[in-house]
Amino acid sequence: MSTSGSSAGPRKLRVATTSLAGCFGCHMSFLDIDEYLFDLLDRIEFDRSPLTDLKHCGPCDVGLIEGGVCNAENVHVLREFRKNCKTLVAVGACAINGGLPAQRNHLELGACLQEVYAFRDGLSGSGIPNDPELPLLIDQVHPIHEIVRVDYFLPGCPPSGAAFRAFLTDLIAGRTPRLDYPAIRYD
Amino acid sequence: MSGQFQLDGQAVPFEDGQTILQAARAAGRYIPHLCWHPDFPPHGSCKLCVVKVGGRHLSSCAAPAVEGIEVESDTAELRAERRALLQMLFVEGNHFCPSCEKSGHCQLQAQAYEHEMMSARFAYFYPPRPVDASHPDIVLDFNRCIFCELCVRASREVDGKNVFALSGRGIHKHLVVNAESGRLADTDFAADDLAANICPVGVILHKRQGFRVPIGERPYDARPISRVELAAGGREADE
Amino acid sequence: MDVEASVREVVGRQGRDATRLLQILIALQDRLDWLPPAAITAVAAELGLPRARVEGVAGFYSLLHGTPAGRYRIRFSDNITDRMQGSEALRKRLCHLLWTECGKTSEDGLVSIGTTSCTGMGDQGPALLVNGRAVTRLDAARIERIAELVRGGVPLDDWPAEFFRVEEGIRRRGPLLGTPFEPGSALRAAIARGRTGWGEEMARSGLRGRGGAGFATATKWQACRDAPGADKVVVCNADEGEPGTFKDRVLLAHEAERVFEGMTLAAWATGARTGFVYLRGEYRFVLDALQAVLARRRAVGLLGMGILGEAGFDFDIEIHLGAGAYVCGEETALLESLEGRRGTPRIRPPFPVTHGYLGRPTVVNNVETLALATWIALEGGAAFAATGTPRSTGTKLLSVSGDCARPGVYEFPFGVTVAEVLEECGALDTLAVQVGGASGVTLAGHEFGRRIAFEDVPSAGAFMVFDGRRDPFEIAHAFVEFFAHESCGFCTPCRIGTTLLKNDLDKLARGVGGKVDLANIEWINRLLRNASHCGLGSSAPNPVEDGLAKFRPAWERRLRSLEFEPAFDLDAALGPARRMTGRSDPGAHLDREESSQ
Repeated sequence: MSTSGSSAGPRKLRVATTSLAGCFGCHMSFLDIDEYLFDLLDRIEFDRSPLTDLKHCGPCDVGLIEGGVCNAENVHVLREFRKNCKTLVAVGACAINGGLPAQRNHLELGACLQEVYAFRDGLSGSGIPNDPELPLLIDQVHPIHEIVRVDYFLPGCPPSGAAFRAFLTDLIAGRTPRLDYPAIRYD
Repeated sequence: MSGQFQLDGQAVPFEDGQTILQAARAAGRYIPHLCWHPDFPPHGSCKLCVVKVGGRHLSSCAAPAVEGIEVESDTAELRAERRALLQMLFVEGNHFCPSCEKSGHCQLQAQAYEHEMMSARFAYFYPPRPVDASHPDIVLDFNRCIFCELCVRASREVDGKNVFALSGRGIHKHLVVNAESGRLADTDFAADDLAANICPVGVILHKRQGFRVPIGERPYDARPISRVELAAGGREADE
Repeated sequence: MDVEASVREVVGRQGRDATRLLQILIALQDRLDWLPPAAITAVAAELGLPRARVEGVAGFYSLLHGTPAGRYRIRFSDNITDRMQGSEALRKRLCHLLWTECGKTSEDGLVSIGTTSCTGMGDQGPALLVNGRAVTRLDAARIERIAELVRGGVPLDDWPAEFFRVEEGIRRRGPLLGTPFEPGSALRAAIARGRTGWGEEMARSGLRGRGGAGFATATKWQACRDAPGADKVVVCNADEGEPGTFKDRVLLAHEAERVFEGMTLAAWATGARTGFVYLRGEYRFVLDALQAVLARRRAVGLLGMGILGEAGFDFDIEIHLGAGAYVCGEETALLESLEGRRGTPRIRPPFPVTHGYLGRPTVVNNVETLALATWIALEGGAAFAATGTPRSTGTKLLSVSGDCARPGVYEFPFGVTVAEVLEECGALDTLAVQVGGASGVTLAGHEFGRRIAFEDVPSAGAFMVFDGRRDPFEIAHAFVEFFAHESCGFCTPCRIGTTLLKNDLDKLARGVGGKVDLANIEWINRLLRNASHCGLGSSAPNPVEDGLAKFRPAWERRLRSLEFEPAFDLDAALGPARRMTGRSDPGAHLDREESSQ
């Protein structure tokens, strides 16, 4: 344990973030905490994240996941986060309920692919892409809690900067995160 | 005749014939509800108004107020159970708030906020429910139906039109309209029917009205539904 | 056949009466094989009802078809006991022989094959319904023959009569089943006591309702008698839908005089003038015989005006059919159905004794309860109360099925132990007994000393025996499927919770459960039990809770890990995209090994 008055302060929490089937809007909103980001950086350090450009996640305290699961790669990334993060947080509507990408869930995947790659002007005849480099699509988009255990949920589309701030403040302080009324939002 | 009962340890007066929920509301005390509406008899289907009396769970919208009973409502146990009921409603339908015009005006969403529902916990059903946009003024988005039957009741009892009914059973229950084609355009539904203006969620929507109220000014943006409801009832509890 | 002409004729025959809407829809389907949208429209027009309401009623009952169904509509009874007797393999065989899939209609419109909840033939299963008619004792040979008859388009009336034979099934007779009954004798005895005296005799008997809840019958009758309103109603609840129960079938088939006389005794006590039998659609095979008994009773003055010459004692009985909805066994749902509506349970209070059928004071009694009233009238309340236990007087009919040598109906005095019943029915190596049906209680071996009685193990009559070959998880799984299928969908916890529960048990059955799922199950159970609108939802957790408490290893060995597991197969979820792209590279698969986190 660090002793009081130590200039190093408490150990920084290691945080990883990623976006699966999301729009990075949650990440943008995270940055809306503005100058609090500086305070935050005294308390946390980033592992894998679009902010660091690290491609893989090492052992972390907290993983923040934006976006739902729509393809095989999303599953791999999600499992990597679950394996490495002590606390996994579903951030935003898509991670929590599939969100906009899940609007395809009532359509048959084959029909979706046909519509785009066989019938649409300009793309018709190009065939459905089958390059092994491309992540293969799952038949339905799933929120992340249907694939792995999730510890906390931070709703919103996106969650506001204030919600991020309140949530992370609690987490860093070792409290169960709790949002006050106006901060809980699904839109 | 009148009397009083205890709600979470505080006295609530009642008139004979009032239900627990009605008496509480009249006294400026809020018990959450979705299918209950002050202008209609109790329906008792959403179960959000569940309370405990003498260790037994009751629907407070339908249970008569009785002298001297001790009613529990705002307890951790009941809040957790209500939250779970809301979670069930969220996984049953397709409730994508960010793309819903009713967001910020929606009672289901507002109840979920009030009950600190951070996720739907269960696995989503993602049922296929086509939208009916046939009517010139109204669009029906069945994805969001919670089966409160307020439209059914309003159309039958106030509008005198019987535009809506429920068909199917169990998890396959669904709203139908009064036309062999199944299209709202083929009914006598009108935008000024009460049934067109009573949906607590985003099923019955007026065309060309969406997103009129800016985010931040919508009914449940700043205040929880309990406060909004009591204010609407003219008896907001003292702060 | 012209749809509108059929509708006009059927509606006309039913007196253009909107309360007979369900009866109209059943009769129409008999003619048209299904209920096409045009028929719904025409019925609504003929009755002056909103079309949406007619559609709502037609869509509620599982034996009615809103989409094209075959000329032969075959439904296999899907109780756990049918499954134990091989019904699933027989169903698959029939589907194979007739080139169709379960749940679908063959392309030529000849046949549709599906399943239905327990049809009440547990002692002579596996069973099925074909166009509503019960076929019992299915085996491979019978299935082959049925396939031939269907392919040949042979009318049901020309099918071998033995296919439709429902055996009597009585294995043990007591005072109710073993005493010859002379129609009218009980009524004469009750009339001699006067209405009040008869009510007092009933009170002395201590008779409690045999439908399961055990409410004092005399109290119910008295409350109805005292309720304001002249047009009182007696309803016989013959919607015996509890899986594994068939004792009412036996009473209706062999003791109909006692049942109708019991109803008339209830009318004498309450002053009712109108009676209904709500007969589950699955028991349609007794309908003609019941109508004949009613006609006979009318002819000899046991029904109609001035019964047995008693001025002002006017009472008659009408039979309504159900159409596949377990929830209609709940008395207020039954009343809704009788009124021609969806079978959704009402808010109580008010109770039916004051506000029942069409708002009139109504007693709803189980078939067995009414039949027992004849015994009380003839022998007296004290004699009746001398049988059974002090708090559970009289005898109880048990429908014994499952793993035993002698399935059938047994009349035992209340207080009989489970072990005694097992001994008498020839059950060996018994692992569990399900008493009271899906909503009842699962008893394990250490509980076989318990007694069938309201104060110990109450029962609506089912007694399903499972021996050591059976998997207790599968028993609970079957019942949970049943509840999900039968939930009326009115209230949130039952509509959604029963399906959530089924999904969780399906997951365990696939062997991909995690410990988290057991916690989820317990949470759903709590919601169902606490918040449901009626007994269907609040008792739906029973088989799961009993199973987890008494046979937990059978559940735990189905867990794949002590952690979280997804509910679906991720690799299979990539299947459609693999097919569309033709890919089979490693990136086109998701292995399972990684998933246990």
